[in-house]
Amino acid sequence: MSVEVRLPTMLRAHAGGAATVQADGETVGQVFEDLAARYPGLASQVITDDGTLHKFVNVYVGDDDIRYLDKLDTKVADGASISILPAVAGG
Amino acid sequence: MLRLAPSVHLEMVAHCYDGLPLEACGLLGGDAAAGKAMRCYRTRNVADSAKLYTVDPLEHLRADRDAESRGSSILGVFHSHTHTVAYPSPTDVAQAPDPAWHYVIVSLADDAPVVRSYRIVDGNIGEEPVVVESQ
Repeated sequence: MSVEVRLPTMLRAHAGGAATVQADGETVGQVFEDLAARYPGLASQVITDDGTLHKFVNVYVGDDDIRYLDKLDTKVADGASISILPAVAGG
Repeated sequence: MLRLAPSVHLEMVAHCYDGLPLEACGLLGGDAAAGKAMRCYRTRNVADSAKLYTVDPLEHLRADRDAESRGSSILGVFHSHTHTVAYPSPTDVAQAPDPAWHYVIVSLADDAPVVRSYRIVDGNIGEEPVVVESQ
C-alpha cells in the first residue's frame, strides 16, 4: 500500500524539508520501516529502540489515533493519510 | 518576536479565563516565518488539571489541517498559569515539543492577565517581545 505521511515541522529536516512524504507498507509499522529506509534519522524520532511508539508522539491514520487501534500493527489502506504530531503538554 | 492579531490575543486570554479553575491550552496558527499568529485554536486540556495541560491530540490534528488549508502552520502553543507567574515551568521546558515554536503563557495570578512568550531550545528559555497588532 502506498500512503501519504504528514510530518510535523520539527521532523521535516530529516526528509529534506518536505511536509508530506510517500511511503509503502501494509501496516503503520511497515510504513515507518519504509520511511526509515528512505529518510535515515526520521524513524528514530518516532519509534523507540524497543520498537514501540514514542510516548510524546501521536500518530493518526485519518482521524484515528493508532493507540486506540492496533498501534504499529494498524493496517493502512492504499492512499491513506498518516499524520505524525508531537504531544503538546506542559504545566 | 511574536506578533498577535488582535482577535488572537482576545481569544487566547478569554479561553484561559474560560478554563478556570483548570489550566487552559490552545494552539496558535499563522505565518511561522513572520512570527505572526493570525488564528487562535482553542483546545481542550485533556489533563483536566490546574497544574498540567495536554492539548487534545485530535484537536491538534484538526488545527494542523486547518492551518495547512489556509496556507499557514501551527507556530506555537499557549497555556494558562492559574496562580503562578507567566514563566515556563520545568515541566513546560521538559515537554516543549518543537524548538521552532513560540511558547505563550497567560498568567491569571493577578487582577489583570499577563501574557508573555518564550522560545525554548535545548532546555534554554529565551523571552521574546509580544506585540498585539492593530489589525
